[in-house]
Amino acid sequence: MTVSNTSDDNAMTVGDTAIVGLSPSRLALARFRRDKVAVIAFFVVCFFVFIAIFAPVLTSIFNLSPYALDRQALNDYGNPIGYFGGISWNHPLGVEPGTGRDILGRLMYGARVSLLIGFIGTIVTTGVGLVLGMVSGLRRGLLDSVITRVADLTLAFPSLLLIIALNRPLTQRLESMGVPKGNFARMTYIILVLTVFGWVYMARLIRGQVLSLREREFVEAARSFGASNTHIVFKELLPNLWAQVIVFATLSLPGYVAVEASLSFLGIGLMAPAASWGTMLGDSVRYYRADPTYLLIPGVTLMILVMAFNLMGDGLRDAVDPKSDRQQL
Amino acid sequence: MLIFIARRLLFALALLFAVSAFTYVIFAALPSDPAALTCGKNCRPEVIAMNRVRLGYDKPIVVQYGQYLKGIVKGRTYGASEGVHCPAPSLGYSFRKHQCVTDLITRSLPVTASVALGAFVLWMLIGIGLGTMAALKRGRWPDRLATGFSVVGISLPTFFVGLLAIMVFVIWTGLLPFPRYEGITSNPAKWFMSLILPWFTLAIVSASSYVRLTRNGILEVMNEEFVRLGLAKGLRRRTLIVKYVMRAALLPIVTIAGLDFAALLGGAVITESVFNLPGMGKLSIMAVNDSDLPILVATTLVAAVFIVIANAFVDILYGFLDPRVRSY
Repeated sequence: MTVSNTSDDNAMTVGDTAIVGLSPSRLALARFRRDKVAVIAFFVVCFFVFIAIFAPVLTSIFNLSPYALDRQALNDYGNPIGYFGGISWNHPLGVEPGTGRDILGRLMYGARVSLLIGFIGTIVTTGVGLVLGMVSGLRRGLLDSVITRVADLTLAFPSLLLIIALNRPLTQRLESMGVPKGNFARMTYIILVLTVFGWVYMARLIRGQVLSLREREFVEAARSFGASNTHIVFKELLPNLWAQVIVFATLSLPGYVAVEASLSFLGIGLMAPAASWGTMLGDSVRYYRADPTYLLIPGVTLMILVMAFNLMGDGLRDAVDPKSDRQQL
Repeated sequence: MLIFIARRLLFALALLFAVSAFTYVIFAALPSDPAALTCGKNCRPEVIAMNRVRLGYDKPIVVQYGQYLKGIVKGRTYGASEGVHCPAPSLGYSFRKHQCVTDLITRSLPVTASVALGAFVLWMLIGIGLGTMAALKRGRWPDRLATGFSVVGISLPTFFVGLLAIMVFVIWTGLLPFPRYEGITSNPAKWFMSLILPWFTLAIVSASSYVRLTRNGILEVMNEEFVRLGLAKGLRRRTLIVKYVMRAALLPIVTIAGLDFAALLGGAVITESVFNLPGMGKLSIMAVNDSDLPILVATTLVAAVFIVIANAFVDILYGFLDPRVRSY
């Protein structure tokens, strides 16, 4: 990765406020800034992160409790009164049929779940994949074959089926091991299985990179000076890997958000009254004849967030490596 | 080449054994007691204890796994004298459904296969068609359209597309009946009607990434020397693209598609549950709700078999096409 030494102050300040510590290269940042779609996507992501962080504050300011049951907003059949799922001043995006909980409030809290699982899932899988990939590529030999074989084995399992099948027993086991009961244990389970099945892709990418980097002259030079393995990993290899790691992580994050929603939709994620977009979508199936808005709102919100992450990731990839084709995902 | 194929097949076989052993151990290590699942809700402890012995759940896990493998090869009788016999590839017996698991799977597999096959044909057509169009009209509106489609499609969760499709085509416009699966042999027309929505749902979601793959593949090949040579010697653009560029660009895509297709055969869990199709995915979800372990072990295994076979097949195919692969 070539870093331009002619420092572009303008790009730097944007870099500091925009993607703190993300991009290793100012050049890439400047390129990213020029990509309008990516920048818009980045702001959309920031918007969602802001809402997720301040969900309790925002809901109390606007009086949109995600848990309060508003029977006034429902008719005798439990369906929202008014057009488009009961959209009104009190409930800007309508209310949940059957309970009368405010949808906007629930969406805000749902953003916390989606982003939390997305970020933690990405960080953990990336971390595990990075470490195993580096070990595998650097050590080679027996350890490398073991890791590669385990990766092959992991890929041979139908992940979604196993995640569904192991959900209940493993969540119970987590609870018996002292993880707080209920939704916390459920989230822990989801992140755990996402890691078990997700580290492989990262590890393979890194292993391949390390295998080729370790033969390069600058690593050889460092070795000839008697550099330790630690030095080679942190000073020689990692700086050359960061860009790819970050791009890969950004592009895998929306996948985790979508998986969480799918699992919640199948009844495996969080349980009501906690709000998750997937749970809302799963719940909306029972009402979509009477109240289609209830299906559309969380669905479109989910789509916007996932799309923003994807576009941001694409922009980042182009910025980091303008020649790269988009074949990876 | 023969050595390469043999080695690859041996590896696949070893992988299958490992997968089956792991699956068996994972499910056996679960806190739920398989013996307790063999009889109904108010079951006396003596019956459970008796079933545990009769079905071999008291034996060490290695012995149980051995019996399981033996059952796959030779068939197995579950229970003692008046037990139920499941013939040769026996994947277990579901005490909840009182049926051999193999029978349940042979009934669900055609449904999943129908869903997967139709969706596969559609998504390859859409994906490769749009991708080629985008590459050939690079930078112009067909390219923008196709790229836009792929960005939106990649971001849409399968279940949301499915629910939207039901809402638009079934509830609002009434163009299609609510999908109720019918076997292809009993009523082909109904079979087709019931699968249109699931096919399109899966196809739209999966096609998006193939649009990208095809577009980039073709653009990359267009930069190759042999394309310039073809132009220089005066080949028609059409011939050049269809006979040379497409052939080179589509090979890797077809192999990836093989893997995706195999993964789908193990159960299109989400699509099947949205459209209420009685396939492998639905079978697994029902088994989860009933804590029906034998079914879960079997569906996981069958899905894994498809994945492993497809992987081996793709590798061998690649070996034929690209001699450099054979070295390892």
